[in-house]
Parts: sequence; C-alpha cells; structure tokens
Amino acid sequence: MEKKKKRSDLKTQKAISGYLFILPFIIGFLSFMVSPLIESLRMSLSNVKIVAGSGGFIMEFIGIDNFKRAFFVDPEFNRMLVDEIRKMAVDVPAILIFSFIIAILLNQNFKGRGFVRAIFFLPVILSSGVLVGLEYNNSLLSGMQEVIKKSSAVDLTEVLKQILLSSGFGERTLKVVFDIINHVYDIAIASGIQIIVFLSGLQTISSSMYEAAKIEGCTVWESFWKITLPMVSPLILVNLIYTIIDFFIKSDSKVMDKISTTMISKMDYGFASAMAWVYFGAVILMIAVFGGIVSRLVFYDD
Amino acid sequence: MMTKTKQRKKQWAKFLERNKKSGGYLLKSIAAEKTYKLVRAVLLFGLCFLILQPLLNKLSLSFMEERDLYDPTVVSIPRHFTLANYVLVNKLIGFWKALFNTLWVALLISFTQVAFATLVGYGFARFNFPLKKFWFACVLLVIVVPPQTIMSSLYLHFRYFDVLGIIKLITGQTINLQNSIIPYVLLCMGCMGLKNGLYIFLIRQYFRNIPKELEEAAYVDGCGTFSTFFRIMLPDAKPILVSCFLFAFVWQWTDSFYSKLFLGNIKLLPKMLTSISGLLSDYINSIGAGVKATVGYSQMMISTGMIMAIIPLIIIYIVAQKGFVESLSRTGIKM
Repeated sequence: MEKKKKRSDLKTQKAISGYLFILPFIIGFLSFMVSPLIESLRMSLSNVKIVAGSGGFIMEFIGIDNFKRAFFVDPEFNRMLVDEIRKMAVDVPAILIFSFIIAILLNQNFKGRGFVRAIFFLPVILSSGVLVGLEYNNSLLSGMQEVIKKSSAVDLTEVLKQILLSSGFGERTLKVVFDIINHVYDIAIASGIQIIVFLSGLQTISSSMYEAAKIEGCTVWESFWKITLPMVSPLILVNLIYTIIDFFIKSDSKVMDKISTTMISKMDYGFASAMAWVYFGAVILMIAVFGGIVSRLVFYDD
Repeated sequence: MMTKTKQRKKQWAKFLERNKKSGGYLLKSIAAEKTYKLVRAVLLFGLCFLILQPLLNKLSLSFMEERDLYDPTVVSIPRHFTLANYVLVNKLIGFWKALFNTLWVALLISFTQVAFATLVGYGFARFNFPLKKFWFACVLLVIVVPPQTIMSSLYLHFRYFDVLGIIKLITGQTINLQNSIIPYVLLCMGCMGLKNGLYIFLIRQYFRNIPKELEEAAYVDGCGTFSTFFRIMLPDAKPILVSCFLFAFVWQWTDSFYSKLFLGNIKLLPKMLTSISGLLSDYINSIGAGVKATVGYSQMMISTGMIMAIIPLIIIYIVAQKGFVESLSRTGIKM
C-alpha cells in the first residue's frame, strides 16, 4: 500500500517539474499567441480606430465586411493569393525532389564531399530574411542576364524548348518543367534545410539492408524504390510541411508584403488582420491537403 | 619506364580475360560506374556554381568602378579596381555601428531563445504530465502560424502595453514599449520569437534520444530533477544547443520582420540594407551633384552592402560548419 503511494508521489512530482520546465512556453503561448490570435480574429471582424492621444483603440463590430472586402472589393488580394498558391503547388514538390536527389548524391563517397556539402548548406544563410528580398530587387543582374542571352547566338535551352514543343508532347506539362528549370536557382536556394533533414535520414539506413538486397539480386534502381524511399518517407512528410510553411512566410511573398504595408503604413488593422487570417487559412488548408495525401504513403519502420 | 608500360599491358590483358569470363559484365559495370561518376561530378559542379555565382557576382561588382558597369568587355573581373564602394557604403549606413548593434541584438536574442527553448524542449522530452500531447500540439501550432497573422495585435499590444490593467490604474496611462527591445526579449522568453517552435522541436528530439538509464543513474546518485538537467543532460546536449544557437543567430542577423516590428529605432544591418538606395539618393542630393543615382550604381551599392553584411556570417559558417550540419543529423527528426 505504502509503496504504491510513494510511486504515485514520484509521478506527481515529475509531472510538476515537467510543468515547471514548460512553464515559459505556456505563459508565452497564452499571452503572446492565444490572446493576440483571438484579438486579431476580433479585429478582422471589426473596424479598428486608433484613439489619438489617450492611448488605446476601439473596435466597432462590422461582421465579415473585412473578409468581403478582401475577396470582392480589393483588386489585388484574390489574384495574389491564387498566384501564391499556384506557385507553391509547383515549387514545393520541386524543392522536395531536388533536395532528395541532392541528399542522395551528398551521401555517397567522393572526393571533396565536405566542401560540396558546405556549399549546398550555404543557402541556409543566403536565403534567410532580408537577403532574399534584396535578391529579387536585383534588377541589374536580370538586365545583365538579358544582355548575355541576346549576345550569345544560340540559346541552348531555347532551342531545346523549341524542339520539344514542336514534338507535340503535352505543352502544358512541358511549360511547368521549363518553369522549374528556369527557377532552379530559387529551388536550390530554398532547399538547404531540407537537404540536411534528408541526409540525416539517409544516414540512419543501415548498409546491411542494401547488401542483403544486392545479394538477393536487387538492382540499384530497385533498392532505391524498395529501401531508400520507404525508409526516408517519414522525413518527406516533415520536409513537406516545413517547405510549405517556409514558402508561405518567406519575406518576399507578395501577400505578406501587402498585409504589412496595409498595417504599418495605412494603419488599417482590421482589413490587414482579415487578410492575414485568410492567408493563414490557406496555409492550413495546403498543409492539410498535401500532408493528408503524403501521410497515407508514409511507411513507419517500427 | 619500360617495365611500367609492360606491367600496364599485362594488367590490361588480365582485365580483358576476366571480362571475357564474366561475359562482358565487368567492362559494362565499370563503364557504367565511370559515366555515373562523371555525370555526378558535372551536375554537382554546376549546382555549386549556381549557388555561388550570385555571391561571386556581387563580390566582383563591389570592387568595380561605375564605368566598368557600362564597359561590355568587363564581365566579372573589374578593370578599375576600387575600394570606394565599401567606403561609401560604410558612410551611408554607418556600417560599424550597425554591425555592432546587429551583433549584440542577435547574440542576446538567440541566447534567450535557445535558453528557454532548451528548458521547454527538455520538459517535453523527459517528463510525463497530463495534457502533454495538447501542449505539444500547441508547439506545432506555433511553428505553423505565420507571425503575420498575429502581428497586428502584437503591435498594438506592445504599443499600449499593460499588465492586466494595473499600470493604467496607477499612472493613468499605458506604457509604450514600441521602440525598445524589451517586448522582443519577452517574446523570446515566452518561446514565441522567430522560428522558436522549430528550436523547441529540435531540442526535444535530441533529448528524447538520450538513454533513460543515464537519467535514472543520476537520480539514484542523489541528483534532483534540476541538478540532473544542469549537470547531466545539458553537457550532453551541447551539439544541438550549439547548432540551434547558430541557426538562431544567423536568422536573427538577417531578419527584417521582427526587427521592423519591434526594434524600430535600433539601426540594424538588414534594415539599413533595404534602405540603402534611398540613402544613396539622399546623399547624392546632399552633395548637390544634381544628378540622380543610376539604377546600376545603386545596385552596386546594394551588392556591396550585402557582401559587407554577409561576411561575418560566412566567417561563422566556415568556422562552425560542423555545428550547423552534423548535430542536426543526430537528432533523428521524425514525425
């Protein structure tokens, strides 16, 4: 009897210290996440007016007018949102496939592997924060590229494009492929973390599995589909979600830009919150759809 | 010399024989391997070049004079090598001051973030308590919510800061915390800073993989919960803490979102970078040259500024490259 009591004491004691450890998070979550979330939801449903002088602001409840304004009145918001989602639908799979292939290559043994790895992880720095935004403004570079394109007599990709297009093979799919190829820099720069994650997964697969498969007569191609892919598939899910979030909140997103300018320079808090909520909804929806599809295909070893 | 060629010939003959015996398989497989290696080398070289190219391009731009921009024979190596760009950018953005500001802000913020994320991550990894799943779902929610969603109300929250209405009761006014670093530090202490959820997640993954026996041994030897944490677990978790710190540092260094929101009056590098072209045209106006800065020239200034801002990061990256990469792979991230 007494023994049992003591054990439960230890349990409660551990529970208490567990709570002590996560206390900062709970406080932070409640005060800096939940309350702003609720408040911003309220703002999105009302007309926010700043009271000059005394401090504070008042909210007039106006229902879903702000959302209506975002969808039906504002000339750009709809288009920006759809553009963003369409871009995401192409970019995210491309980033995943690219980083997976690179991770496989970087996992093999070759001379100068450390150096090549260092370069591929460099985008973790280069693609962060303000640097991406500046990159996009770099009109000079694109101007230079145009000049170079014109000056070289034969543009290889252009010729290839012509040949492929004239072959009558699905024009639309080809266009997507060309888009990806043209944006390969953006994709490479966005996939630093993903490569690290995939690489960490690949390193946990024991080589004995491949050896056994080889003895059984598996080709490299087969062992890729039967061993590598299933073993790494949980990480595909992680990377997918990370990529989607990263894509939506990176600083060069046009929707984000519009939200912050509406908020900071126009002081239109209600409308900005409404747009932010629509955007957040879109992110959740994307994660749910893609995550739902992928999580069905994930293979868990244990 | 003779013997060498002879030997080689002998080897070749031997190889051919072996190849014959294997029915051509040996040659085929070796050829396939060699081609694969070649293709891989070309591919990797190309991609590495692709990633480095903009950086190199900026580097070469930053050493050029303006007339080199319009000289079609100059592609990447400047003809009129100059350091004037660096001097000018330094003057425009007050580089050393901005660097110093960015440095202490990034250090303070990343340290706070990692310290509190470690506590929370440890709590999630090693203790069982009621509602644990719920709170962890909240961590995932924090990762997912774009900060822009709550930006507006956070902004106002700190503009008219008050603790449950107490301060207003006493002084009759709310505090404006807008232009100080306090709100941001508070945010980081509450684990709500830039990408903070991710750090909690990573650190939790790491602590989960530490064997339970280690902890139990510490308990048996008379360590309390907290001394186990500080004396046994923390030293063990050094690699992941270092890499989280590095990530936090780098991301804070280049972040413009939170610094725009909270650190309005501190001159940080990223903010100065985005305003560089405006500053340039102001400068040109002020010296009364009567000409506008050309697009090319201001781009040159931006490139120079970017190089100046990135160099400290690159140095850190080169020194601590292992910290960035290796420890992440030890966490065994899984969903």
